Amino acid sequence: MIFNELFANPWIVLVFKVVAVLLVFLTAPMVVGYAEHKGLAHMQSRLGPMEAGKFHGWAQLIADGVKFIQKEDIIPAAADRKVFSVAPIVALVPTILVFLVLPFGPGPGDNPANGIWGENFDLGLFFVLAISAIGVIGMLMAGWSSANKFALIGAIRGAAQLIAYELPLVLAASAVAMQAGTISLVGIVEAQDSYWFVIPQFAGFALFLLASLAELSRPPFDMPIADSEIIFGHMTEYTGVRFAMFLLAEYAGIVALSAVATVLYLGGWHGLLIPFIPAPIWTLGKVGLLAFFIIWLRATYPRLREDQLQKMAWKYLIPIALVNILLTMIFKVAF
Amino acid sequence: MISAERLEKLRALERTIASKKGIGAVYGLAKGLSVTLRTMLTPATTQQYPHVKPDLPPRTRGIIALKEENCTVCMLCSRECPDWCIYIDSHKEKVPPKTPGARARTRNMLDRFAIDYALCMYCGICVEVCPFDALFWSPHFEYSTDDITELTHEMPTLGEWMKLVPPPPALDDGAEDPKELAAQAKDYGGGAE
Repeated sequence: MIFNELFANPWIVLVFKVVAVLLVFLTAPMVVGYAEHKGLAHMQSRLGPMEAGKFHGWAQLIADGVKFIQKEDIIPAAADRKVFSVAPIVALVPTILVFLVLPFGPGPGDNPANGIWGENFDLGLFFVLAISAIGVIGMLMAGWSSANKFALIGAIRGAAQLIAYELPLVLAASAVAMQAGTISLVGIVEAQDSYWFVIPQFAGFALFLLASLAELSRPPFDMPIADSEIIFGHMTEYTGVRFAMFLLAEYAGIVALSAVATVLYLGGWHGLLIPFIPAPIWTLGKVGLLAFFIIWLRATYPRLREDQLQKMAWKYLIPIALVNILLTMIFKVAF
Repeated sequence: MISAERLEKLRALERTIASKKGIGAVYGLAKGLSVTLRTMLTPATTQQYPHVKPDLPPRTRGIIALKEENCTVCMLCSRECPDWCIYIDSHKEKVPPKTPGARARTRNMLDRFAIDYALCMYCGICVEVCPFDALFWSPHFEYSTDDITELTHEMPTLGEWMKLVPPPPALDDGAEDPKELAAQAKDYGGGAE
């Protein structure tokens, strides 16, 4: 078959994978962004976008994209031009790289080499956690180079938040790795064949979700961009395509961290009760559910104060995460 | 009936919730989530205006309409208007006497009645002050123009808008008859019914 011959060539496979990852990277955040427009609107008894694309404003984000491209690209006179232009890319690229390792489903005939994923690293979980933390460097670069006090405050808050919440995130994830006995994302999904890790690791799941909200600086943890205090944080001076890149990074981040939470806790592509739904649909469904939960929290809770945020991480989340690890360790050794 | 013991337990629960500590905090957070979810599942209140005409209350103060035949050119409205946006022109006409030999009467004939909506501040004093029910609030509101001079509307337009004025809301059951009906009953000796 010509298909098999084509896919025997590693270069063609590489191109195919890169295109597929980019496609997912560009479409999934759009879907989440649209869901946020509509979900938030209906939670506030509004309709949200209704005009673009005729049917319930489905093309709103495409229209937004076109608008962003048309806008003037302003760089403030006092800004550090080079750093200012590179910052959005630094914020965006790590999120693309996370999409590279997300497993969406097993390969045909459960072949462990060819699943629906870009790459199956043995160090998958480590890779995801390490790379997703790079985004904050883009944030710091943006804040520093903007020559704007609000941008700088926002960036510093972002960095402080990352330091505080990276710990519970990593500790919660490492408890899962401990239980699964592997840090390959595919391996972790396969380890959840009999039961999902959300059952033994419920505390870890809650910690992971909270910490990833803070990582993404999503409400109620959006102090780095708190618009009522510091305008728009590190994005204050950005316009046009560069601003759109930051937004894309945020929504791609929601998809990425929902997908990671799905893999770690919700059994990845493993279905429940209904047998005939294909594996990738299960993964996407769970990711969608978590993304909806993140939107739901935004509509419901007001923003925490900066000190409350830090207090929550250091005084509550990190000790709970440590106890969680300890318990996982004891159970792993005892049983 | 709830037993005293159970009541005491419920009171204690209420106190915990009100204290916003421990279970109370969790309850508050969960309640917030349920509120947003329920709002999402109920239909939105937005009215899709350009596609669907808005559902306006009958007393909407959209624009002021003129019932020409009721106007006696008493000028009260234009004198009370705080920003002088009502223009009235009139002339006097002789009315032939009803009985032969009697004196001919004069009456005011309305030539022009215009309101400059670029000046009007929709205070409604003219509607209030009109002793002959010639001015009304109409719910019509789509009269924006490209030119400020086109906002001065003359008698025919003001009369058109009169057709858009809804009938007054019906009286409550058991309410007294409006004073016009009562006066009529007195004049002709007939019942209002």
